[in-house]
Amino acid sequence: MKYSRSHDVMQQVLLITTSYFVLAFSLYFLFAGHNNPGGGFIGGLTTACALAFIYLVFDRDKANEYIRFTFPGLISIGLVLSLGTGAIGFFTNDAYLTQYFDYFDFPFFGEIELTTALPFDLGIYFVVVGAAMVIMLQIAGDEEEEDEN
Amino acid sequence: MSLLHWIILIPFLAAVFVPLLGRVFPRVHTGWFVLFVPLTLVVVSWVSYSSLIADGESMLHTVPWVPMLDINFSVYIDGLSFLFLLLITGIGALVVLYSIYYLDKKKERLQNFYVYLLMFIGAMLGVVLSDNLIVLYAFWELTSLASTLLIGFWFIRKKPMFGAQKSMLITVFGGFAMLVGFMLLYIMTGTFSIREIIGEADVIMDHALFLPAMILVLLGAFTKSVQFPFHIWLPDAMEAPTPVSAYLHSATMVKAGIYLVARMMPIFGGSAEWFWIILITGLFTMFWGAISAVRQKDLKAILAFSTVSQLGLIMSLLGVGSAALYAQDPELEMMYAGAIVTAMFHLINHSTFKGSLFMVAGIIDHETGTRTLYKLGGLMTIMPVTFTVSAVGLAAMAGIPPFNGFISKEMFFANMIEVTDLPFFGMGDWSIIIPMIAWIASIFTFIYCAYMFYKTFMGKYDRANYWVDVHEASPGLLVSPILLGGLVIILGLFPNILTNVLIHPSVTSILTGISVELEPYSLTLWHGFEIELFMSIGVVAVGVIAFLYHNKWTEWEIYSKDRDVVNIFYDQGIGKLQDGSQWITRLQMTGRLRDYFVYMLVFIVMLLAVTMWRSGSFQDLPEGIASTMDTPLYMYVVMFTLVGAAAVLPFIKSRITFIITIGVLGLMVALFFTIFSAPDLALTQLLVETVLLIVLMLAFRHLPEMTTETENRSYNTVNVLIAASVGALVTMLSISAYALRLDLDFTAISDYFIENAVPLGGGYNIVNVTLVDFRGFDTVLEALVLGIVALAIIMLVKHRFKGGEDI
Repeated sequence: MKYSRSHDVMQQVLLITTSYFVLAFSLYFLFAGHNNPGGGFIGGLTTACALAFIYLVFDRDKANEYIRFTFPGLISIGLVLSLGTGAIGFFTNDAYLTQYFDYFDFPFFGEIELTTALPFDLGIYFVVVGAAMVIMLQIAGDEEEEDEN
Repeated sequence: MSLLHWIILIPFLAAVFVPLLGRVFPRVHTGWFVLFVPLTLVVVSWVSYSSLIADGESMLHTVPWVPMLDINFSVYIDGLSFLFLLLITGIGALVVLYSIYYLDKKKERLQNFYVYLLMFIGAMLGVVLSDNLIVLYAFWELTSLASTLLIGFWFIRKKPMFGAQKSMLITVFGGFAMLVGFMLLYIMTGTFSIREIIGEADVIMDHALFLPAMILVLLGAFTKSVQFPFHIWLPDAMEAPTPVSAYLHSATMVKAGIYLVARMMPIFGGSAEWFWIILITGLFTMFWGAISAVRQKDLKAILAFSTVSQLGLIMSLLGVGSAALYAQDPELEMMYAGAIVTAMFHLINHSTFKGSLFMVAGIIDHETGTRTLYKLGGLMTIMPVTFTVSAVGLAAMAGIPPFNGFISKEMFFANMIEVTDLPFFGMGDWSIIIPMIAWIASIFTFIYCAYMFYKTFMGKYDRANYWVDVHEASPGLLVSPILLGGLVIILGLFPNILTNVLIHPSVTSILTGISVELEPYSLTLWHGFEIELFMSIGVVAVGVIAFLYHNKWTEWEIYSKDRDVVNIFYDQGIGKLQDGSQWITRLQMTGRLRDYFVYMLVFIVMLLAVTMWRSGSFQDLPEGIASTMDTPLYMYVVMFTLVGAAAVLPFIKSRITFIITIGVLGLMVALFFTIFSAPDLALTQLLVETVLLIVLMLAFRHLPEMTTETENRSYNTVNVLIAASVGALVTMLSISAYALRLDLDFTAISDYFIENAVPLGGGYNIVNVTLVDFRGFDTVLEALVLGIVALAIIMLVKHRFKGGEDI
């Protein structure tokens, strides 16, 4: 990725501010997905956009100081989460990937629906974020190496 | 989940923890922990099932897996399964104990070894305990995989890799054939359960698919149980560490084919084809293995060919025993059932003496650094314990009393003589050749046993031949072979101790269809002066004479050709396969993106055109076009923007403009989704466009400046033609699909999702509920693909060719 080395303060401030909103919006997408437009895939892509902003503003070393996890690792966590949620069915004598949901009363929040689809979708979200970031960073990083050569 | 299920699963579960053990307890050999697994299993199996099996009972437990396809994880135990269960776990425990002293903690990758070994134990238990053919097949291939990994354990060297590949190719080929055979059985009976198929044996017997199914199943059994001509993988498999050779390649895995034939006996047994194919293959394998073993100069190679030979012996006995299922006469049934008794007894005997012999060969290799007969010699006084165990094992194999091999060899002779009296299956006067071949093969068996014994332990000890100071092995290495050797003697002196609990139940479970109630067969060391005793004496006499003249025949030219001639077919086949696949690859992989697009698009166009023409979709076109006439005006605006953006693309010369125009296309598509009230799709499309933009911008920076293509005209014409036909066809497809929907008044499949999203999925977003719930499996696999793509991109970018590599 071509990092801004120009110290364009306007650009930096704008991108960082935007990235907060995009991140928040992506989380909304993830959690709202079951009943409103959104879901793991859409949320994941939105998050990837927000992270791309961060990598655009700072150079990679700086960004990596704050983003402490590796993205290929995120993919595997996501896969384990999705596949693992599916395995719940084994213990209740249902088919693999059977999803469950129920409504619970919480103090203060009122009735909330909890689903096993959420951790499943969270896994998809991780995979999408991971895959999108891996692709972007790989292609960008490759350019860096070439520049150094 | 019953206990039997857990018996299969425990090795797999244990394998998960093996890699951790090496880290947590770096000072303890991992084998000590692994030893618990087979040891526990053998004790548990014996305690839980021995009395049940001795009573002639059986047990079946089913856990549904894919009930819709009739695939259930059902386990079944009867005499036959129990025999193998004890064999696998019992010898498994001894082999793990042996391997602790054989494999150096510091030098070898123990974690890999024990993970593979546990995987094998679990898979092998799965093979012998499964009642469902598909589950059996899955475990069957897992044993092949584990065997391959173990053969290639020292993968830095070339020969283990060659042997691993060879065993994999041959056994997996057989496994595939077997799978097809299982499918044919399913077509005939409509079930994958072995118990239920046996219940419908009459239907199968008269079915047209009987013979194909039988041959395909036998291919699986023969490749696994190294029957001629598929035996060629076993000698190359000897590159595996010796504990593996002792365990997989003599005592258990290669007997899976024997197990399968025995298991399938009630289904196919009683037909002339089954009888003859198994008898002839088995006898010839026995003969071929024995004469090949005589020519070998490596201890393990001799043992490998002798395993081939002995498995042929057991196989031929199963063939003879199948006659009992055809004979209606109780006396004949009893007589041929005797062959199955011999087969089961020899199966146990072979595991004991061959297991101990392999371990001894490993000890000699370990202590002297060589396995070549020319170098060895005079080890008797240096390694007295090893010598004693070898002597017992070799004597049993050669058929010398009072060891167990003698009893089963005598019974084998008797069975081979009895089979010549068979009043059916076209047996005639010429059939005297059957005991003759068996006898000659036994002579060769005697010769190689004597030769191996003499060359290793007798003669002169030459210090110069060894790298190391030769001495007796450590007690830990000797425990397992001594225990097995002890069994050889005990079973020789008291052959009946296993009759009630192992041999008789297994025989009755193989021969389920016969009319008489089988009595436990009494085994004795002393048979009286019968013809088989004279045959044994003859074997020893001729064998001794031949051995005394070994200086003569070892000079013959044929003696030096120790590589099996059947290998020619394999070597040539592999060469041709490689050339052929390279040719096909070069034909299509040109490295030009344009060519790949041409393949794909031309294929799509042809597929679509043919399908549409055959189903008469082109006739609906006018009607479809007519029905689209009332499109609102704003749709035309969106549409023309879309078409216009697409139309200018070929004329753009700057990359940035190109990307932006593509973005316009994507946004227009998103607009379409919005108009057709699909907010999820529109959102996804927008986001994909955004991310794609970033990726394209990044990727385009690597590319050189755009240059005008200087292709000739016909090339461009082809491009235009393909592009136009794809566009035209897709347009026609959508119009005719629209018309068809109006015509036939299809109920949309979305109705189901609309109705059930809230009651079954608990969500109001139908798209999302479909993704995570109704079609969750698709989503998971797509996520998997996404992950693989990301890894592939890392590979592509990081490990791409920089030019100048040797491809």
